[in-house]
Amino acid sequence: MTMSDFPPGLVLIIGAFLLPIIGQRLRPMLTLGLPLLTLYLVWSLPNGTFSTFPLLDYNLAFVQSDSISRLFATVFSIMTFGGSLFALKQKRVLELVSVFVYAGSAIGVVFAGDLISLFIFWEIMAVASTVVVLSAGGKRSYQISMRYFFVHVFGGTLLLIGILSHIVDTGSTAFTAMEPNTFGTIFILMGFLINAAAPPLSAWLSDAYPEASFSGAVFLSAFTTKAAVYVLLRGFPGTEVLIFIGVFMIFYGIIYALLENDMRRILAYSIVNQVGFMVTGVGIGTEMALNGVAAHAFTHIIYKGLLLMSAGSVLYMTGRRKCTDLGGLFQSMPLTAFCSIIGALSISSFPLTSGFISKSMISQAAADESLTFIWFMLMAASAGVFLHAGIKFPWFVFFQKDSGLRPSDPPWSMRLAMILFASICIGLGIWPEYLYAMLPYEVTYVPYTVTHVVQMLQLLLFSGFAFFIMLPLMKRTLTITLDFDWTYRRFFRLVLGRLFATIWKIDGVIRRSFLAKLDSGLNYLAQRHEGPSSLLSRDHPAGSMVIWVTVLLAIYLLMSFIR
Amino acid sequence: MNEQEKHWLVREKTIRLLWRGGIAILFLLVMADFFIHAHPYFQIDGTFGFFSWFALVTCISMVLFAKALGLLLKRKDTYYDNE
Repeated sequence: MTMSDFPPGLVLIIGAFLLPIIGQRLRPMLTLGLPLLTLYLVWSLPNGTFSTFPLLDYNLAFVQSDSISRLFATVFSIMTFGGSLFALKQKRVLELVSVFVYAGSAIGVVFAGDLISLFIFWEIMAVASTVVVLSAGGKRSYQISMRYFFVHVFGGTLLLIGILSHIVDTGSTAFTAMEPNTFGTIFILMGFLINAAAPPLSAWLSDAYPEASFSGAVFLSAFTTKAAVYVLLRGFPGTEVLIFIGVFMIFYGIIYALLENDMRRILAYSIVNQVGFMVTGVGIGTEMALNGVAAHAFTHIIYKGLLLMSAGSVLYMTGRRKCTDLGGLFQSMPLTAFCSIIGALSISSFPLTSGFISKSMISQAAADESLTFIWFMLMAASAGVFLHAGIKFPWFVFFQKDSGLRPSDPPWSMRLAMILFASICIGLGIWPEYLYAMLPYEVTYVPYTVTHVVQMLQLLLFSGFAFFIMLPLMKRTLTITLDFDWTYRRFFRLVLGRLFATIWKIDGVIRRSFLAKLDSGLNYLAQRHEGPSSLLSRDHPAGSMVIWVTVLLAIYLLMSFIR
Repeated sequence: MNEQEKHWLVREKTIRLLWRGGIAILFLLVMADFFIHAHPYFQIDGTFGFFSWFALVTCISMVLFAKALGLLLKRKDTYYDNE
């Protein structure tokens, strides 16, 4: 193995364990240097398969490099760099270590050339991301991280069942495009979808991400769901059911985000919404759609990271996270508010921002394929994104009412990270050709036509108009909205609790009555056989015992003759 | 707090101005439909001002739907606190 085909993800995973050893003063050099080294390695990889290791009868391929895997690995590395810059003020080394293992394993997933190495990195990712949630500290984080972990272990188990069964079916470990028509491939698809936060098990995301630290949530937003988008893009392009799952996720995200009061949970629901667009694109499966998915995953990671950085800055400076407690912060945090608005415009795919040049490819693909219903849904959803994330998030955090809070902008490292990501959002929006050149298929799409810009502006600004005329209905309240996690947090607990209480009760009754019967039976026997002539007190001559011993020995002798 | 002490952006006068400016922009955007060549993929998306009214109608319905769902699924945010 030469340096040029060293698995780039391993740089971050190995480097992670140097972080606690190295002193606090040198640590920033590693946290900023390692992602850049990774980026360099990713870009210097030629197409092809490297780093193969034999395992039993199979060959593991840790690096299979092509334009799609390099695109995802690139944005994962940029995210790790920007996130590390933002996290320079993070004092918990455990979080940094787990974040680096997490990012490294996500890059490992996108380079995995076979199903076995894919599964290995998939599981490292699950464990490392759990530790990111856990490292926020406290009993609450512990409970949440365990719920998060169980969902991902369940997903991992489905994936493992699928992979093993697929290997038995085909005799090959290759990770290629599949159709969900065998037991194995269906389980693989289910395993992938759980990490994409698809229904019904989608609540893990909005349950766990908002509970991470101010910096942890920034990293969490990037890797798990987008690695899932990557494997869906690779494994199941053109699988029709994904269109419907994706559209469901889009509207689920919008509706729940509209009802939410916690600023980071609004953003968490909007991750599901955005991943929904990507899953829909994978389902459409044309070259235009898949290009759109890859481009949208790239831009989404940057602007969602930016949005969570601005939310993280507010949390870091004020310690508050509920919209009802916030408002009016633009006066003392102008830079954070500005960057948050850039992120919000990008997620809404406003012209001249990164979202505009990526998301429109997916809806264009729906139009090209004459998917009428889906196209109208995607248009409604684009308007809905502006409603639930584009306006709602900045409005309730930075404007709304005057909460009286006057925190200043966060420390320079956090400001710098936000400026960097905001610049990327605008840069990609103005010069899309750099991103288009990295896409898997040739791009013929032209985003900036007068018609498209005017139509998108109409869609977005009238959505904004709807927001402000409906403002009285949007008033934030101190509430949460029950989600699917209610089933395992309340319903199962209640049902299982009741069930076991009944079982223990019946069990107790049976035990007691059995003991009572046994007791009375023994008493009866004892009474019956009391006295010198009864069964238990009779005496036996020693001679009869000798006879029986002789009989037994004779049988034994006889048995030894027959074989 | 009287008007002059407030940040200029949240003074009543500015807000009034923003509303008027905003509505003017919306009007101009709809009027822009006269000058662009829409190439509809389906039937209805070529009609005049389609993207404007479609956004308005769908957004209002989404908010109302969320409101209705909220009646059913909203709980106090201390709901899970005794875990």
